[in-house]
Amino acid sequence: MERHTAQQNFEAVNLSNLISKVSDLKADGYRLVQICGVVLDDDTYEILYSFDKDHIMQNLRLDIAIDKDEVESITGIFWPAFIYENEIHDLFGVKFNHSALDYNGTFFKVSEETPWKPKK
Amino acid sequence: MSKAYVTKSPWVVHYDGSSCNGCDIEVLACLMPMYDVERFGIINCGNPKHADVFLVTGTVNEQNKDVVKQIYEQMPEPKVVVAIGICACSGGIFKDCYNVLGGVDQVIPVDAYVPGCAARPEAIIDAVVTGLGILQAKRDAMVEAIDAPAAIEAPAAPAAASAPSAVKYPPIFTMAEIKVNAELYKK
Amino acid sequence: MGKRTIVPFGPQHPVLPEPLHLDLVLEDETVVDVIPSIGYIHRGLEKLCETKDYNQMVYVIERICGICSFGHGWGASAAIEGAMGVEIPERAEYLRTILHELSRVHSHLLWLGLMADAFGFESLFNHCWRVRETVLDLFEKNTGGRVIFSICKPGGMRKDISNENLKEMVEVLNGLKAEIKEITDVFINDASVKNRMTGVGVLTKEEAVELCAVGPTVRGSGVAQDLRLAGDHGVYHELGFEPVVEEAGDCMARTIVRIRELLQSIELIEKAVAKIPDGPVDCKVPKTVDGEFATRLEQPRGEAFYYAKGAGSKFLKRMRVRTPTNINIPALVKMLGGSDLADVPILALTIDPCISCTER
Repeated sequence: MERHTAQQNFEAVNLSNLISKVSDLKADGYRLVQICGVVLDDDTYEILYSFDKDHIMQNLRLDIAIDKDEVESITGIFWPAFIYENEIHDLFGVKFNHSALDYNGTFFKVSEETPWKPKK
Repeated sequence: MSKAYVTKSPWVVHYDGSSCNGCDIEVLACLMPMYDVERFGIINCGNPKHADVFLVTGTVNEQNKDVVKQIYEQMPEPKVVVAIGICACSGGIFKDCYNVLGGVDQVIPVDAYVPGCAARPEAIIDAVVTGLGILQAKRDAMVEAIDAPAAIEAPAAPAAASAPSAVKYPPIFTMAEIKVNAELYKK
Repeated sequence: MGKRTIVPFGPQHPVLPEPLHLDLVLEDETVVDVIPSIGYIHRGLEKLCETKDYNQMVYVIERICGICSFGHGWGASAAIEGAMGVEIPERAEYLRTILHELSRVHSHLLWLGLMADAFGFESLFNHCWRVRETVLDLFEKNTGGRVIFSICKPGGMRKDISNENLKEMVEVLNGLKAEIKEITDVFINDASVKNRMTGVGVLTKEEAVELCAVGPTVRGSGVAQDLRLAGDHGVYHELGFEPVVEEAGDCMARTIVRIRELLQSIELIEKAVAKIPDGPVDCKVPKTVDGEFATRLEQPRGEAFYYAKGAGSKFLKRMRVRTPTNINIPALVKMLGGSDLADVPILALTIDPCISCTER
């Protein structure tokens, strides 16, 4: 008996081609599934963008240096991204530029600032 | 003041601290036809000023501790707090989370604890009934406090027995006798 | 045009047992803008997962939500199994499908009840929950728990459910059909209910796609998007699954989607029980998790996303869960714009919000 398994498509992007890649996916008819942050090590975050078209997922992987890199917001392309970008801003301390809906750190109300950020 | 039974028809107000919904839907299930606590006169109301019993589910955190406090303070005396589910009792599985302070008793006094994850409706009903006993005791104490001066007038021993020991007079004296004695001492 | 006022909605609000918080910007009685915010229930349990090994972690993930708890356990287990490269036995896959669909029956009945309460039909609310108790009894008999079961684990199921019990489950559910029909007829045909729901909170197909909505919210707007079609998990491809789609995009359409899914789930359980093979329900899994896996599951509220990244030990580097309510918030914001203040409770409920899911 054959069973489908969820296809794993991961593609690396960088800060300069993120927006063009996301725009291409939008033009192809993809929808945004989620954005999440992953702590790779003390100096690096990975931001994982997931998109879906016809139940097949496409993931973009963006590595950024903690406290150094600022990411261009994709809310201009996918407006609902504001949920995840504000979440990552509040929990990880990543700065997103040119957001269409920036809560300025008031989306998640947490007792400590950026709880996910590695403590040095 | 006449003896009244607040426990005959206690109204409850429910607040979800940061529970997973498991206990909340069990609280609601208690009010539904299967368990039907309404047959005991228990009504779930949204307004804290109507309520006698405060049911809290889930842990408290920095964000909601003031909400929990406010709801508690708005409730009229006497009132009883029931912490439902292990999260509300101690923090449970989420005790170590960065945004969790712990059980509800960190911010308000709790009268009855219901363990379980999720707490079963039977356990919740049992705790509310236990809470009602406490509610009645609290009310009786309030009535006693209000009626206290009158109690001293009458030769009721129990009320006077708890008088502070610093009083010179034997504690069984009534107010009238004390007045008489004071006159005597002046002379 | 009146003065603008901001009315806070929640966290303690009689319509929803959960601390949903919205700031409604009103002009007279009309909502012109909505600002959702998060944090009353945020626990940070994805962070807690880092300190738990992959078996303990499933218990934490299940407690994201007490309503779709089984689905979360399944999703987390499936992501871990994927990262390990493990394929679970056929019977376990069937049992997961059956319990997941049973969860959908209970969740939709719960939602129908809350919805009835939101438009002030309390006896209907009580009837929905009365029927739901029978479903909870089935859960209790077969898993031991009423709302949180902890029966899923990486590698399969913790315990088997006997074929006799499965057959009895189908009998009980078939016995419920008449009662469910009686209740749902009120939702569909009653004039006062229609009055509150038809044409309220319309989300067009284009808007639903643009706002990346999921679950009954997007299917109520005419989009056939259902992760059960993808066949990533479960045995839906063997049961002849077809998604339920309604075109109107209003509150009524979303309600009808859930009503039809309710009956569809009972049929899916019946088909699965007829086909379930005998055999083991769990398999051996590696001690450590390496690699990563991103997967999705169709929860009662819509698509949920799970991502597991191993670190070469029994602890995971990252366990991410994105829940359906999270991505339905933009759709809710859209629906609320221009609505009457009195309709806000209905509209807030129409996406079937699960705040403890959203904030984790």
